[in-house]
Amino acid sequence: MHDLKPVTALGEATPRVDRFAHVTLTENDGLALASLSARLGSEAACHAGLKDLLGAVPQPGKAVLHDPEAGFWMGPDQWMIGAPKATHPHLADDLKSRFGTAASITEQSGGWVCFDLVGTGMVNVMERLCAANVRRMQGGDAQRTVVHQLGCFVLQRNDPQHLRILGPRASARTLHHALITAATSTA
Amino acid sequence: MSQKNRLSSGGQIDRLTAPEFIFDGKTYQGHAGDTLASALLANGVRLMGRSFKYHRPRGPLTAGSEEPNALVELRAGARQEPNTRATTAELYDGLFARSQNRLGSLKLDLLSINDRLSNFLTAGFYYKTFMWPAAFWEKLYEPIIRRAAGLGSLSLKDDPDVYDKGFLHCDLLIIGAGPAGLSAALTAGRAGGDVIIADEDFRMGGRLNSETYALGDQSGADWAAATVAELASMPNVRVMPRTTVIGAFDHGIYGAVERVSDHVHTPDTGKPRQILWRIYTKRTILAAGATERPIAFENNDRPGIMLGSALRTYANRFAVAADKRVAIFTNNDDGHRTAADLHAKGIKIAAVVDVRADAPRSTDYEVLQGEVIDTKGRLGLTFAELRLADGTTRTLECGALGMSGGWNPNVHLTCHQRGRPVWNDALAAFVPGRDSPSGMSVAGAAQGDLSTAGALHSGMQAAMDALDIQAAPPALPTAEDAPVNIKPFWYVEGCSRAWLDQQNDVTVKDVKLSHQEGFRSVEHLKRYTTLGMATDQGKTSNMGGLAIMAGLAGKTIPEVGTTIFRPPYTPTAIGVFGGRHRGQDFHPKRLTPSHQWAAEQGAVFVEVGNWMRAQWFPRAGETTWRESVDREVLATRRSVGVCDVTTLGKIDVQGTNAATFLNKVYCNGFAKLAVGKTRYGLMLREDGIVMDDGTAARLAEDHFVVTTTTANALPVYRHMEFVRQCLFPDLDVQLISTTEGWAQYAVAGPNSRKVLEKIVDQDISNEAFPFMACANITVCGGLRARLFRISFSGELAFEIAVPTPYGDALMRRIMEAGAEFDITPYGTEALGVMRIEKGHAAGNELNGTTTAQNLGMGRMVSKKKDSIGSILSEREGLNTADDLRQVGIRPVDPTQPVSAGAHLMNLDGPVDAAHDQGYVTSACYSPNLGYAIALGFLKNGAERMGERLRLVSPLTGVETEVEIVSPHFIDPEGVRLRA
Repeated sequence: MHDLKPVTALGEATPRVDRFAHVTLTENDGLALASLSARLGSEAACHAGLKDLLGAVPQPGKAVLHDPEAGFWMGPDQWMIGAPKATHPHLADDLKSRFGTAASITEQSGGWVCFDLVGTGMVNVMERLCAANVRRMQGGDAQRTVVHQLGCFVLQRNDPQHLRILGPRASARTLHHALITAATSTA
Repeated sequence: MSQKNRLSSGGQIDRLTAPEFIFDGKTYQGHAGDTLASALLANGVRLMGRSFKYHRPRGPLTAGSEEPNALVELRAGARQEPNTRATTAELYDGLFARSQNRLGSLKLDLLSINDRLSNFLTAGFYYKTFMWPAAFWEKLYEPIIRRAAGLGSLSLKDDPDVYDKGFLHCDLLIIGAGPAGLSAALTAGRAGGDVIIADEDFRMGGRLNSETYALGDQSGADWAAATVAELASMPNVRVMPRTTVIGAFDHGIYGAVERVSDHVHTPDTGKPRQILWRIYTKRTILAAGATERPIAFENNDRPGIMLGSALRTYANRFAVAADKRVAIFTNNDDGHRTAADLHAKGIKIAAVVDVRADAPRSTDYEVLQGEVIDTKGRLGLTFAELRLADGTTRTLECGALGMSGGWNPNVHLTCHQRGRPVWNDALAAFVPGRDSPSGMSVAGAAQGDLSTAGALHSGMQAAMDALDIQAAPPALPTAEDAPVNIKPFWYVEGCSRAWLDQQNDVTVKDVKLSHQEGFRSVEHLKRYTTLGMATDQGKTSNMGGLAIMAGLAGKTIPEVGTTIFRPPYTPTAIGVFGGRHRGQDFHPKRLTPSHQWAAEQGAVFVEVGNWMRAQWFPRAGETTWRESVDREVLATRRSVGVCDVTTLGKIDVQGTNAATFLNKVYCNGFAKLAVGKTRYGLMLREDGIVMDDGTAARLAEDHFVVTTTTANALPVYRHMEFVRQCLFPDLDVQLISTTEGWAQYAVAGPNSRKVLEKIVDQDISNEAFPFMACANITVCGGLRARLFRISFSGELAFEIAVPTPYGDALMRRIMEAGAEFDITPYGTEALGVMRIEKGHAAGNELNGTTTAQNLGMGRMVSKKKDSIGSILSEREGLNTADDLRQVGIRPVDPTQPVSAGAHLMNLDGPVDAAHDQGYVTSACYSPNLGYAIALGFLKNGAERMGERLRLVSPLTGVETEVEIVSPHFIDPEGVRLRA
């Protein structure tokens, strides 16, 4: 067992929480991620594997909020799979074992920062940040959008006041600043 | 101070409040609900500004956003905003305003001398006057003109306010909340439509707030207030007062500026002053109303002369009499409406002057057929001179004069995508054409329905049509439905200094002069006279100019046409276009995982794209960057250094055809690269020019990791996706970026292996892990990692990568492990020095013009396979006998510097482009060699080793004798990196 200590995307030992009257912004450091792309000619097998894993194949603009693994569509025959890091420390390896040569799997846990924005003001905050029509998003909707010039995914959880935002990890502080600024502006 | 012109009753103002404000240093009181203009008028202040060119005294012409005259500098200090319309500035306690464009006081503006010189300052005067002597233009004329030009002044301080941007979506956007807009919103809202209704005013209702008509059993203002309240209660309707829709853009996108905090002294902390909304809508109803036209007559610009509709607004909405004695000059029934309203409020009507013979008569005041031919009053109107129909003249005493020349529908947004309005004879005005932006319909006065009933019904019908509502429409109240009775009348014959564009001081005489001098196109008229080019964009002036031009040219007004309407609809603060993207937040920052560690070491950072990279790590006692960089280079080559290379692009390439794919995108071969090996690759564009270089490591038969330069990470990934999706879709290959997923460090120097052996769990001896090896490994007892034996510095070197969350910890561990070897962190400057010493090409050399041949890598372009750029790299023009080759350059005198960008010339001969031999791409001081060195491109360079040339830069005065040498200054045999 190694002894290196990880840091969160915001560079802290523990995830950051910012509370406002209308929203709470929480850095979610517990998410393991891996991208999955169907190999050419193995699309059907890949779809079958996804259905087996998640219960359904995530369609364009959609996520399947399955537990413990969930997934959302990223591009043609390309998905992002997520699961709790605590129970899935080797998610990419697990998926590789499961899908074999039907899919190309790439570890993505370190590439993203994840924020959970929860509260009555969630939509108002996001209206200041991205062009995605968050007000009309339903549970399981997943949109690729731009927040403060950063390419992000926004995932509507089943709780209508809960939005999950995945952004590029290297710009976590910029993204966090943008979210906090918008939350302050709409408070 | 008493509000001497405030009417004793009426108005939509809160008389229980008395906010104080300051104008030109004097304190006044108004009421909540006032604008700055209405409050000043209530206090008897008519003079609010000076005109642009002649500095003539001016008061408000209007009561709305079309105002050309009453422009002030609002607020003080850094928040001072010039050219703010007093007619829309909402009054608040503590408001501070100052008149502008004057030298001296507003009443005694020394620059009003220009008015006396008006014969010399006609349209185009500067084109004619300042032609000679030519040398005077830059040094004398232009500075004087620039100093005299402009209206308000800027504070030249940073704007302390913040601005937001936002995004809204709806089924139906309704622009304008007058009778048409409100009935449309009511119809769509009750039917369940997702509606946004936006209005530039702080009180919604449009003309309903300015008129005395009843809607059913309510006043228009009360009906508007009740309707707005109902709309605000609907969850499917977003009511946006203080919001100007400034432009109609493609695909149903509209720009709108919401003035969130302009009506308060200072925005709350963290709250925006304004928000620029981008509204995505399926359908739009433009219900922007109409703007009344003035009539041009001699001296029609004195304070107190304003639009008749403005007089009504001030009286009915703000309970303000512009003066106690008012005259009206009209060509239509609307002027009589103004007279009746003012008379009902106890204001003396001096007379209504109507150009029509069949004008309505009144028993309450005198109605005269005739024209106003001149006015008097130095700082405000005192008398009006009339010429009556029987030819006699008469003088009327009056302090205010209302002009009613008819109404122009506000067609602007229908034309933002090159739509053209069409002429309506009955209204004597342009109305929207059929080429409005897709999805837009027009209702109410904006489409020519000038009666209240017409507006209500057209708004309702537009909503029914837009959303295809099948349910019964709401019952609309009964309202006035008077027809339009107008006799087109634009200007009084014989006048010359009759103002059309009051902001830019364009007169009837100027338009005539323009025609006389041959400007026939309306666009030329605009540019020559500046008609309509002021901040109000000619909302009250353009039609008059067109009409005069039509008369002079013997054309109809529609034959003359209009100029192009462009966004923004009203003047917009530049700050709101920037939003939060300013200063430190202008663009995102990308931080490497060890950024915090580097900051702790005092690193000096440099922006590379959005990345913040450590440039060097200064130590105590080092006074220049060169000292730090020299130390880092020497320490690395002597023992070991570590550099954060996380920023290099990383692309995961998988699939059964991954090797075949890389064989296509790289010009050198990859098909036979063994698993566990890394290879340098050169990527060409289709035209044979080098796009990027990097490495590809084969981790498995079907799995490569490609690295790119930092700057080209995105372009290379985009290129590879294009190749995958469009050129070779039949290959089984999948790509995804992992740049941010891995923290990567270069550990370089003769002791690098010894450092890493303390961290890496596997054998990394030269035998087990030779030069160009790669592997999935573990570090520190089990953390998965990747190791590459590659070297940019030319030393024995490794690049080690771990998942990003562990980057900070790994860097600290490397520093601990390297302590006994005096490990030295080095930044991008030392990195640059070492790669120049080694002769490695980088961005300076891969500059979009160079080929593999130029780089001395021509043989890398494999002829055994086809790859992108391979064929075109054989073009004759890219393979001439004397084409450029990368060379090394050193000064003959070792104390001399070598400058990047300088050009190489033969020792003898002229210094000019025709004799250019090449140029320097990268230069540095080599602490290992003790003199400056450089890389560059030289004609036939490979054959000119040892030759002496001149390095020149005529721009900077550089001229140095240099010697051409091998680009590999350090370890040309590559012994060190294979150690």
